[in-house]
Amino acid sequence: MRKKNFFLKTGMAILAIATAFLQPLQVSASSNEGGYTYNYDYWGDYKDSADFYTVCKVFTSSELGLDVKLKNPQGLFVDGNSIYLCDSGNNRIIELNRVSPEKLEVVRIIDTINGAQGSNTFNNPTDFAISEDGNMFIADQGNARVVKVDKDLNYIMEFVKPDDNTLDPKLVFQPTKLAVDTAERVYCIATGINKGLIKYENDGTFSGFVGATPVKFNWTDYIWKKIASQEQRAKMESFVPTEYENIYMDYEGFIYSTIALNDDSEKTENAVRKLNLMGNDILVKNGEWPVQGDLYWGSGGGYEGPSIFTDVTVMDNDIYVCLDRNRGRMFGYDDQGRLVFAFGGNGNMDGYFRRPSAIDHIGHELYVLDSLDNSLTAFVPTDFGNLVYKAVEDFDQGKYEESGAAWQEVMNQNGNYDLAYIGIGRSLLRQEKYKEAMDYFELEYDAENYSKAYKQYRKQWVEENIVWIVIVILALFLIPLGIGKVKSIRYEIDTADIFIAGRNG
Amino acid sequence: MEMIANTKSIDNPKEKYIDSLKFALYCITHPLDGFWDLTHEKRGTMAAANTILALTLLVRIMKLRYTSFIMLQVYWEDLNIFLYLASILFPLSLWVLGNWGLTTLFDGKGRLGQVYMATCYALTPYPLVQFPLMIFSNFVTVNEAQFYTVVSALSLVWCGLLVIAAMGQIHEYSAGKNLLFTIATLFAMLVMIFILMIFFSMISQGIAYFISLGKELMFRM
Repeated sequence: MRKKNFFLKTGMAILAIATAFLQPLQVSASSNEGGYTYNYDYWGDYKDSADFYTVCKVFTSSELGLDVKLKNPQGLFVDGNSIYLCDSGNNRIIELNRVSPEKLEVVRIIDTINGAQGSNTFNNPTDFAISEDGNMFIADQGNARVVKVDKDLNYIMEFVKPDDNTLDPKLVFQPTKLAVDTAERVYCIATGINKGLIKYENDGTFSGFVGATPVKFNWTDYIWKKIASQEQRAKMESFVPTEYENIYMDYEGFIYSTIALNDDSEKTENAVRKLNLMGNDILVKNGEWPVQGDLYWGSGGGYEGPSIFTDVTVMDNDIYVCLDRNRGRMFGYDDQGRLVFAFGGNGNMDGYFRRPSAIDHIGHELYVLDSLDNSLTAFVPTDFGNLVYKAVEDFDQGKYEESGAAWQEVMNQNGNYDLAYIGIGRSLLRQEKYKEAMDYFELEYDAENYSKAYKQYRKQWVEENIVWIVIVILALFLIPLGIGKVKSIRYEIDTADIFIAGRNG
Repeated sequence: MEMIANTKSIDNPKEKYIDSLKFALYCITHPLDGFWDLTHEKRGTMAAANTILALTLLVRIMKLRYTSFIMLQVYWEDLNIFLYLASILFPLSLWVLGNWGLTTLFDGKGRLGQVYMATCYALTPYPLVQFPLMIFSNFVTVNEAQFYTVVSALSLVWCGLLVIAAMGQIHEYSAGKNLLFTIATLFAMLVMIFILMIFFSMISQGIAYFISLGKELMFRM
C-alpha cells in the first residue's frame, strides 16, 4: 500500500527495520502487498502502476463546518464549480462551492422547498440533478416522488409512480437515482422496477421504460426449471433483467448506466452500458478485457465477488470512472473501453473507503462520497495522471506529435503501462512512420492497429520496389519458358530427319 | 505416377530412406493406394516415419516463435516446451497403442510398428502446410487472417482423414469397419487416460501414506 504520506512511510520503515533486528527471521509484511494503483496487461496479469490519483483532502462534517453531522450520504452531483451532496440520512442537500480541491465552502443547505403539493421537506433524498435551465430535480425516495424545483426552491412539479399496468399496484415507488437531459426529460431508477430506466417527458407524463438489460440465464438453471414441479419452480429465482445500479448523463447526452454482475457466468459481461436515445447499448468495447473492474473475483482481504459499480462519472475526454463499492476502488476506462487506471481499496486511511456511494468529477479531479465514513474525498491527478490525460486529449485534438511525446514520457515513468505503447504507436501511425508504429503495436499485441500500420507499410514497400517485383515475376515465368524452348529446339534438332539420316548415312 | 511401377526393392539403405521419405508425398495425395503399399509393398521405413514426426514437432515449436502475433499469441511465461511437445506425442502414443490393442483382437493385419509408421506418415501435411503458412502469416493483416485460419484448419482435417484412411489400409478393413474402429479407438484412448489418472492418484496416495508413516515413526522414536 503505497501512500504519499512521507512521515507514515518513514515511520513504517523504521518500525520494519526495528522488527527486523528484533526478530531476524520475520519477513517484512509489506513486501508482498500489491500497490495502490494498478492495471491489467494484455494477458490479464496484474501490473503495479505509478499512482494516477492522489488524495488531496478528505472532507468530513467538521472540515465542511457543518453543525449537524453528515449521515448516510448517497448522492453527488456537480454543476460547474458547485457540488451538490445528498445528505440522505439528514433529509437535506448541501450545496458546496469548490474554491480549490483543498477548499470546499458550504453555500447553502437545502432542506425545505416552497409550495409543494405534498410535503415541503424531503425524506431520504438519494440523488440530485440540475438541468441546463437551472431547475433542480431531487429523487425524494421516502416521499415516493421525484420533485422538480426552480433555483429558488419554488415547487414546479413532481414525477410519481409510473401509470403502467405491468407494475405491481402494491409496489411503493422508491426513486433512487436520476438523470436529466437538456430538454428536462427525467430518467430514473427505482427500487424493484427492472424494466429499464423510467422515462418522463418534461411535462411530467410517464413515457415508457428505456434500455432494459437483456435477460440472462444459465443453462443448468433453465434445465432444472423444465424438470421442476410447480411448487419447486415458485421457490426458484425467476429470470429477470438486472436492475441498474446508477446512471450518469454525459456531456453529449448519452446515459452511462452501471449494472451489478453477480455470477461467474457473467465474467465476460460488461458492467457499464452507454445508452443512446433508443435505449440501445453503444459502449465501445475494444479493450482486451470486459468493462467490469477487477478481473479476479476470488476472496482476498475478506472481500470476494465482482466489482459492483455503484456509480460512474464521465469526463470531457470520454474517460469514464466507475466506483466499486465492493472493494472501494475506482476504475477509469477510455473511450475504447480499455482500462486506464485502477486504484483504491477498503480501509480507514485517506484514499481508502468503507462504503463508497457516489463519485463525480470537476475537470480531472475526482470527488468520492463514503456513506459509512460520512466523508467526501477529493482526488487530484498526479504528474503521471496528468501526462496520460494530456496524451489522450492531445490525440483527440489532432496534435499527434505532442500526444506521442506525452505517451513517451508516460512510458518512461511506467514501463508496464500498455496504453502508452499503443498511444506512441497510434501517434507514429498518424505521422506515417509505419515501421516504428508496428514495433510498438507488436509489443502490446494490438493486432488491429498493427494491421493498419502494416497495410500502409506493405503498400509503401510494394510501391518502392515495384521494378524488382516485376523483374522477379517475369524471371519466374520467362526462365522456365526459355529453358523449355531451348530443350524443345534441341530435341527437334536431335530427332530431325536430315540429321538422323545424315548420321546414319 | 511412376512410383507405383517402381516395385523392385532398393538395397542401398540411404536410397531406401530417401525413397520412403518421398513416398510420404504419394501417400498424402493417394491415401488408399499409398497406405496399402506402405506396409504391403514395404515402401515405408521407420526412419522416414521418425523423420516426419520430428519435423512435425519442430514445426509446432517453430510456429510459436515465428507465426505473426496476429494469429498466435504466446504467453511465454507459462510455456513448458516439453509439455507442449507432449501435446502431440501423448495423444499419438495413446492412439497407436489403443488402435493396435483393439484391432489386433479384431482381425487387424497391422502390427504395432506399422500402426505407428502409418500414423506418422499421415502427419505429413502438418509440417508441409504449416511451415509455409507460418512464413505467410507475417505478411498479412487482421482482415486477411481468415485465410490463415481456414488453411490451417484444412491441414488438420487432411491429417485426420489420412490417419483414418491409413488405419483402414494397413488393417485391411472395410470402410464401415474402419470408421467403427476409429470411434472405438477414441474411446480406448479415453479409457487409458482414465486408468492413467487413477494409477497416478493411487501411486501418489500410496507414497503419501508411507511418507506420513515415516514421519510418524520419526516423531515416536
